[in-house]
Amino acid sequence: MKNITQTLIFFLLLILIWAGITGDLSFMGLHCTLWSPYVLPSPSLVAQYLWDNTVNGKLPLSMLITLRRLLIGYVIGLVIGVPLGMLAARFRMVRNTVGVLGLGFQGLPSVCWVPLACIWFGQTEAALLFVVIMGTLWSVLLSTENGIRNVPPIYARAARTMGSSPMHTLLFVTLPASAPFVVSGMKQGWAFAWRSLMAAEIYVSVISGFGIGQYLHYGRELQRMHQVVGVMFIIILVGLLADKLLFSPAEVWLHRRWGTARD
Amino acid sequence: MTDSATHPELHDFPTARLSVEHVTKTFTTQGGTVVALQDVSISIREGEFVCFVGPSGCGKSTLLNIIAGLEKPDSGKALINGSPITEPGRDRLVMFQEHALFPWLDVIGNVMFGLKQKPNLNNRERLEVAKYYLYLVKMDNFAHANIHELSGGMKQRVALARSLAPNPKILLMDEPFSALDAMTREQLYGDIQDIWQKRKKTIIFVTHNVREAVCLGDRVLLFTPHPGRIREEFKVPLPRPRNINDHDLADLSQRITAALKGYHQAGECD
Repeated sequence: MKNITQTLIFFLLLILIWAGITGDLSFMGLHCTLWSPYVLPSPSLVAQYLWDNTVNGKLPLSMLITLRRLLIGYVIGLVIGVPLGMLAARFRMVRNTVGVLGLGFQGLPSVCWVPLACIWFGQTEAALLFVVIMGTLWSVLLSTENGIRNVPPIYARAARTMGSSPMHTLLFVTLPASAPFVVSGMKQGWAFAWRSLMAAEIYVSVISGFGIGQYLHYGRELQRMHQVVGVMFIIILVGLLADKLLFSPAEVWLHRRWGTARD
Repeated sequence: MTDSATHPELHDFPTARLSVEHVTKTFTTQGGTVVALQDVSISIREGEFVCFVGPSGCGKSTLLNIIAGLEKPDSGKALINGSPITEPGRDRLVMFQEHALFPWLDVIGNVMFGLKQKPNLNNRERLEVAKYYLYLVKMDNFAHANIHELSGGMKQRVALARSLAPNPKILLMDEPFSALDAMTREQLYGDIQDIWQKRKKTIIFVTHNVREAVCLGDRVLLFTPHPGRIREEFKVPLPRPRNINDHDLADLSQRITAALKGYHQAGECD
């Protein structure tokens, strides 16, 4: 309870200061407006924008489009990244080749793929997906490999003496044993995917659907800073929700089961 | 849950004889080659409790791993009921020095792991068997505990239940109690003798603690290193259940320790 109170008070103060310097609050009939709304829009302008565009359905629709891209790209990244990571952990040859490639590409912000993606795929969904996959794939691959290589060999030995076949050992011993690493890799992959998609949507306009990032882009083009800030709020919200709904429950379970406590 | 559990799996205790014939195994390390085992032969009766004793590096754990099928000998062979051992199998379960329990499963999930590999049981039967063995090692109240919540002794009890549950013919124990405190160990000496007498499994128990070996074994095989081989064999004719603090037990373990020191002073163990 104390934690929530502290957090709430902090954010209330932030909003109050923001409202105070952008003219939303008046003191004895005086407004304080440091910057014009084209530089820093006031909270009421942003709230108005968010409310109107939620009610008229534009924002929910664009959110749906964006989340769909994110989810598809992320899942494809996982489906390729986890098995590749397992192969890299198991075979030195894969580690020396694909593993090193992954290490290199992981250091490359995936927005750097945008120019090539546009030439290869045109202004299409495929270009956006490609950028998201490039953001997800490599960090998932590396953390899966790392996780599996950190599994104490005694687990596999114990399983084998209990009659577990090599395939069964891989799926039911090595993989769950590496779960703490794999889950943190999935979380990092998700964060990278989300950043990649926003960058890609800002860069690439696609007629097949107007995503959140594209609203931000046109907010900039049209000098509608309340739109830019509003969309920024939504981007933060999606990140927070993904963490709380997707990853927190898994992490809490892992911490409880493994006994790696945190407060 | 009592001793009168109903499933036939709980009344039929297969066991096996075991023989090792002229097994040699060398390892190559950075310091050169180490002869872990040189021309070792033993034969173990059905239901016998045999302890391997010796200083570290004498090959006792290597021999256990060869019998488990986790390692292959350079020459010679290990046989279970006359057929050669080529790979791990659930007729020979291993209990390791570290508990090796799976942290992603709860206590009963760990005991169920080996049982799930047995196709002749359905899930209800597996659960019954798992619960029975938890009862046998006095851990039935902790079926749904997480592994990290258990003490060292409790973990080894669960590991024992996990090794016993699939009903192996041979139980291979690799210094299973060496990381535990003396009190817990003494309790487990009693429990393991009790379980062995109820189940009559063939047990091979590796330890560097001579007293522990005399307390548990029908026979104690003394290993010496460089090269690893069996130097002497001691029969333990003492009545059971044995208490580690008994006089007779202390006398025999003193004799074995003296023999071990004799080899040591002859410069054969260093």
